[in-house]
Amino acid sequence: MKKSELPDPFEKARSAKGYGEMNDQNDPVTMLLRHKDVRKSAHNWKTFTSAAIPGRIVVPSEVNIRDTRQIPFEVDPPVHGAYRAIVEPWFKRPLQPDYQKKLASQISAIIDETLEKGVVEVVNDFALPLQSRALTLLLNTPFHESKTWISWGTHVFRSEGEALDGDKANILYDYIDAQIDRAIKNPGEDMYSVLLSSEFEGRKLTKEEVKGVMVLTFAGGRDTVINAVTNAIAYLAEHPESLERLRNEPEITGKTVEEMIRYFSPLTHMGRVVTEDTHVCEHAVKVDSRISLCWASANRDASVFENPNEIVLDRKINPHVGFGFSHHNCLGASHARQLMKILLNTLAGKVASFEIQDYQENIEDLNEFQRKVGYNHINVKFNPLNK
Amino acid sequence: MAKITFITSANETITLEGTEGSVMALAVENGVRGIDGDCGGVCSCATCHVHVAPDDMDKTGVASEIESDMLELDDNADEYSRLCCQLEISDALDGVVLTVAK
Repeated sequence: MKKSELPDPFEKARSAKGYGEMNDQNDPVTMLLRHKDVRKSAHNWKTFTSAAIPGRIVVPSEVNIRDTRQIPFEVDPPVHGAYRAIVEPWFKRPLQPDYQKKLASQISAIIDETLEKGVVEVVNDFALPLQSRALTLLLNTPFHESKTWISWGTHVFRSEGEALDGDKANILYDYIDAQIDRAIKNPGEDMYSVLLSSEFEGRKLTKEEVKGVMVLTFAGGRDTVINAVTNAIAYLAEHPESLERLRNEPEITGKTVEEMIRYFSPLTHMGRVVTEDTHVCEHAVKVDSRISLCWASANRDASVFENPNEIVLDRKINPHVGFGFSHHNCLGASHARQLMKILLNTLAGKVASFEIQDYQENIEDLNEFQRKVGYNHINVKFNPLNK
Repeated sequence: MAKITFITSANETITLEGTEGSVMALAVENGVRGIDGDCGGVCSCATCHVHVAPDDMDKTGVASEIESDMLELDDNADEYSRLCCQLEISDALDGVVLTVAK
């Protein structure tokens, strides 16, 4: 097996029965594995709600480590739509040329730094700083804030190799509380200030609501972006012909990004709470139990994707659910897409080849399934392109 | 060369001329409101949903199976719905009128 490969652990269960079972802190989850079921259930918010107690729709559950409701993530329509309308224009800013220019200069700088060093541990010394610096653009906060975020490490809710960590989560919550207080005293043009002045149902957003949006923004785009970036570099290291193709045909880069998001599926799955006794794949699910929408499995469904276990750089029809599906699709997707697109273009323009040295895979334990999502660490040598 | 008319949800009428590429790309390049084309045209985001004028359906044809699956879960969809990333510009599309869904 290639070092960069992400095997599909769901294949057998997906075709045989369509679901998997996982115990998570004594709150079991029925995982939906088929593309069609995942999309239908994501759309059916009446039966599969996101508005459960905060943290419960996340797997592993975060009910024991937070009380703040993430917004608009843990809210159902129609209220969800009202929140989403407030934040959507802000999260579409990555489509503006000026934003892309700044992102390109950040990415160019970090690649140059890396080429200077030669060998880099990609997870902690490339993907994490890249993600954190880029987040200053999304939040429109000073660049130096990224230093604080980098110091938190790759996970905001867990320590290295451990499950959920309440103390660690508190670092993030305290930080966000302090930032909101700062923005109340000295409003600026950053995301905290913009949210604090936003109108919701004829009133301003409360501090708790602003906190809910900010926690979502920090948590949702951290390990996901880090895994996407790291996996992309590992893939290019083992597929020099793909790097060459991106160099010669930059116009396919957008399609390549979609295909990488499908194949990597940086977020394995997301939960919902069942509001009435029902069936999924002829399997009974009880009211108040949990299901999960397994994006990673749906994205390898051979009834939808030809050669699902291959990265086809210019896959033309690609209805992947790597950014989720329906009302709750990823709010940060525009930012993530631009980041990945610029990363691939810039790597193609500056790097001749990569060499993977030692590495350790990051394997998620889903009871019935073990899924590789990326790496805990991976040392890679970047060889410069001599023009 | 094809002339393609978009009617936005703000009732703006915009007529654009194109020779190649997808209708979605033409709309995005010209800033037609309500057509975002987030995924760049691979049929994964449904942010380029349009309603084709009934008389123009013979020019555009109906949605493909994967496209229909995407549209099936859109509360706004009807039999004239298309994702315009899947409409390739050619002379055959000349004169079509598309109402932007969003």
